[in-house]
Amino acid sequence: MSEIALEERLAATLARLILDPSAPPARQIAVGAASPIPAAACWLVRLMGNPVRLSLLHKRSGNPFTEGTRELFDLTGQGRIDLFFLGGGQIDGQANLNLVGTGEWPGMGVRFPGSFGSAFMYFMTPRTILFREEHSPRVLVEKVDNISAPGVSPPGVFRRGTAQALVTGKCVFRFHPGRARFSLESLHPGETVESVRAATGFAFDVEGDVPATPDPTEAELALLRGRVCDEMVETYPEFCKRVWNRSRAA
Amino acid sequence: MMLPSVDALAAQIPDGALVAMPPDNSLPSVALAKALIRKGARKLRLLGVPVSGFATDILIGAGCVAEVETSAVSLGEAGFAPRFSAALKEGRIRVRDATCPAIHSMLQASEKGVPFMPLRGIIGSDILANRPDWKVVPNPFAENGEDPIVLLPAKQPDFAVFHAAMADSEGNVWLGRRRECATIAHASKAALVTVERVVEGNFLEDERMAPGAINATYITATAIAERGARPSALLDEYGFDGDYIADYARAAKTEEGFRAWLDREVFGGASKVAAE
Repeated sequence: MSEIALEERLAATLARLILDPSAPPARQIAVGAASPIPAAACWLVRLMGNPVRLSLLHKRSGNPFTEGTRELFDLTGQGRIDLFFLGGGQIDGQANLNLVGTGEWPGMGVRFPGSFGSAFMYFMTPRTILFREEHSPRVLVEKVDNISAPGVSPPGVFRRGTAQALVTGKCVFRFHPGRARFSLESLHPGETVESVRAATGFAFDVEGDVPATPDPTEAELALLRGRVCDEMVETYPEFCKRVWNRSRAA
Repeated sequence: MMLPSVDALAAQIPDGALVAMPPDNSLPSVALAKALIRKGARKLRLLGVPVSGFATDILIGAGCVAEVETSAVSLGEAGFAPRFSAALKEGRIRVRDATCPAIHSMLQASEKGVPFMPLRGIIGSDILANRPDWKVVPNPFAENGEDPIVLLPAKQPDFAVFHAAMADSEGNVWLGRRRECATIAHASKAALVTVERVVEGNFLEDERMAPGAINATYITATAIAERGARPSALLDEYGFDGDYIADYARAAKTEEGFRAWLDREVFGGASKVAAE
C-alpha cells in the first residue's frame, strides 16, 4: 500500500468514532453538503458490513427524500437520524459552533455562509461528530463570536445529544458535555500535545499519555481506494480526483 | 395562465415583493432571476428555502434586493457568495438569519393557515437572539417542568418562484420529488414557474405523475424557459454546470468583474448597445 493520505486517515478515524461501542447506536446517518470526508467515513462503515442507512443530502442522483428537504428535519425531529456531522467557521472550547461569521451579528467581520440546519440538528440527533480539517487558532477559538448552535443546553431545554468528538487535521478531541470541555484523545502523526496546544485557541484537558491516532488498516485503505471511491465519484468528483486520482467513468 | 416569455413572468413581480426561491440544488428559476435583473427590479425581499445560492447572489449584485432571509448563502464547492458578502459588509442589504427547518416550518404554517408552528432546538442560538419575531413559550402540554419551545410565525411570501420540468394543458406543473417547491407554492400568494416545455394531458389523471405534480390551483403563471435552471441541474434532464459557477465566482469577486459578467450573461451586450 502506498502512503496514507490525510483524508484517508481522517475518514478511517471518523469511521471508528461512528462505530464507537460506548456511543448510542448509529443506524441512520445523514451527511450534509460539501462533506466528502464524512461521506467517505460513512461509506467505509457501510461497506465494512455494518447495517447503516445513509442519507447523503447532496448526492446527485438517488435523493433519499420524497417529501422535499424538510423531510430530513422531520426525521431528525422524530429522533430517526442517529448521527450527523457538523463543522464551523469557528468552534470553541464548549463546542459552540459559529457558522454565521466573525464580528458583530450577522458576521460583519468575515461572513460565513450561514447556520444551515445546525441550530436544530445539534439538539435533535443523539450524537454529532464535529469535523474541521483546518486546525488553527482562528478556527478553534476560546469563545465563538456568534453562536449558530450551542454546545450544551441548560437543564429543562429539550436536547437529545451533544458533540461526541471533534476531529481535525491534527488530532481527535473527545467532548464531555457534563463539564462542557474537550479532552485530547489522540494525536495524528507528527503532532505533540504542545503542537496541538499551540494551534488551539481554547483550553482542553489532557489525561495521561495521549496515544497516536491509529493508521487505517490495509482492509480499510483497500475499501477507501476501491468501493468507497466508486460510490463517491459522482457526487464528489474533485475530491476523488485529488485524493485517489480517479475520474468519473464516461 | 401561460405567459409568452420569462420577461412577462418577471413583469408580474412588483418592487418590494417578498419572493421565495429554492437554492441551487432544488430547481431555482435562474431564467426568472435574470429576467428580474433585466427589468430593473428593486427592493425585493428574498426568502431562501431553506438556503440561497447563485440566483440570490446575482440579484443582490445587480441591486435588486433590499433584504434576504435565509439559513445560508453559498455557491457550494465554488465557495462563499461574493456579491452577498460585499453587500452585507457595505450595509446595502439586511440579512435575517434563520435555520433550515425554521424556514420550512414558517411556510408550513402558511400552508395550513395557522398563525405559527412550534419547533425544537434553536434555544441558546444567537439566531433566536436576533429574531424578535420568534418567541419562546412553555410547552402547554408538558407534564413535567416548563419545557420551553420556540414558536415561529407563519410566513406567506408574495411570490413563489422556481423552475419545473413541464406544465400540462391544465396548468399543472411537474417537478418530481423536489417537494419543497410545492411547499413554497402552497404557502405563497402567487407562484410563477418557468418550465422546459408544455405537454398535452393532465398530470393529475396519471397515478405515476400526480405525486410529482403541483396542482394548477397554486400556479399563477408559467412561461417556457428552456434550460431555465441552468447552471443548476434539472432532475435527470441536465446536470449542474460547475464550471459556469466557478467562472462566476471568479468574476464576481470584484464589482467591475461582476458588471462585466452581468453584461455578458444577463444583458447579452444589450445594455451596452442601448447606451451607445
